[in-house]
Amino acid sequence: MALSQSEVLAGLAEIVNDETGIAADAVQLDKSFTDDLDIDSISMMTIVVNAEDKFGVKIPDEEVKNLVTVGDAVNFITNAQ
Amino acid sequence: MTQKIVVTGVGATTPLGGDARSTWKALLAGESGISTINEEWVTKYELPVTFAGQAKVNAAEVLTPQEIKRLDPSSQFALIAAREAWADAGSPDVVPERLAVEYATGIGGVWTLLDAYDALKEKGPRRVLPMTIPMLMPNGPAAAIGMDIAARGGVRTAVSACASSTEAVANAIARLRSGEIDVVVAGGCEAGIHPLPLAAFAAMHALSKRNDDPAKASRPYDVNRDGFVMGEGAGALVLETEEHAKKRGAKIYAELVGGSVTSDAHHITAPDPEGTGAARAVTAALKQANAKPEDVVHINAHATSTPVGDIAEYTALLRVFGDHLSNIAVSATKSSTGHLLGGAGAIEAIFTVLALHERTAPPTINLENQDPAIPLDVVTSPRALPDGPILAISTSFGFGGHNAVIAFRSYQG
Repeated sequence: MALSQSEVLAGLAEIVNDETGIAADAVQLDKSFTDDLDIDSISMMTIVVNAEDKFGVKIPDEEVKNLVTVGDAVNFITNAQ
Repeated sequence: MTQKIVVTGVGATTPLGGDARSTWKALLAGESGISTINEEWVTKYELPVTFAGQAKVNAAEVLTPQEIKRLDPSSQFALIAAREAWADAGSPDVVPERLAVEYATGIGGVWTLLDAYDALKEKGPRRVLPMTIPMLMPNGPAAAIGMDIAARGGVRTAVSACASSTEAVANAIARLRSGEIDVVVAGGCEAGIHPLPLAAFAAMHALSKRNDDPAKASRPYDVNRDGFVMGEGAGALVLETEEHAKKRGAKIYAELVGGSVTSDAHHITAPDPEGTGAARAVTAALKQANAKPEDVVHINAHATSTPVGDIAEYTALLRVFGDHLSNIAVSATKSSTGHLLGGAGAIEAIFTVLALHERTAPPTINLENQDPAIPLDVVTSPRALPDGPILAISTSFGFGGHNAVIAFRSYQG
């Protein structure tokens, strides 16, 4: 069953928190992964792989560079489900 | 005049204790850090050796979840030991460009490497963590420490098997004497208690198989010694020019007066039975210290508890010290800690420093029937060392024919 956008956000926030220690409630739709959350490319790849596992989606490598904000990622995952 | 080098901080995480102080206390109390490994893989793979010296610390309780995730266990131990040493030294205020790291490992990130290979085989390349390479590289622990204390004067990694961390300490001497560096964090670590290294060391018949009595398995110099016992953990020392240490009013444990590295070119694993390479390392370290063999009162020996290695070291020591050898208080602390491989020299350097500082040689446990072929004066209960200026050495030897020796002198302000 497809998850709602807010459910995806909550799940993604959990992954980000687990990987980086950033508080889950700081992971908001308008935040940039690099500029706001200071997440480096290595952490980003780990987050992507963990998100694929958690949400049962495929996030191609060439798509990752388009996921600038948390909202971009949430939308991609929600649509890919 | 040559700049003196002093030890101003020590840190360790070992099978005996989570820090240097508790480790030293347990060592003096004659405890053993060796026990049965309670992991499913021991029975799953039917390992011929079922025990080791497992680190007392639970790294997850000391480091952040992100540090645990991004650091191989060897680097986790390294960071724990280095932070303790740094705090013990009073967190020196030092120019980052004049702060260096000399930090060793014997094997490197073996858990990371093999876990990643399991992930590759079971789930494919995309499930290989992007941090795999920086976690498994042997300079990972040194780099982690360098990042933590902002060392910009050079971060280096000596890799010479079981001689690695003694070599790292020896390497610090030249850096500090160069005039370019004021403070070095030196030492080494290992986290190799994984089924593969255990199986591999067992395959070469290097390990004790005393599975029914692990605490008695590491027994250097005993007639019934049957191999070494793998240990894990880390040690770190803050080494500093005397000038820098005095200027900031640091407490000083001891003086590092010599360090030498030689090689046998004899056999990839067997020690040279003549012990000439090992003897040259001892002689060179003493020469740097402007000391005579007769000045040495204490040796923290490599003494891994292998039938061949213990005799080869004795032969080398006899070559240097002659009749004086019987006057030297020899401690074989691997009897308590097991063999920390790339971390062994670091914790034994700390034991040597504390022995001088507290004028107490630590005991060698499990010596029930001393091998008559090795008539050393082995310390079996804590023994007072003489007053006045005294000198001690710590020896380490590694597969590859590596010999490393460091010399410390009691510090007279």
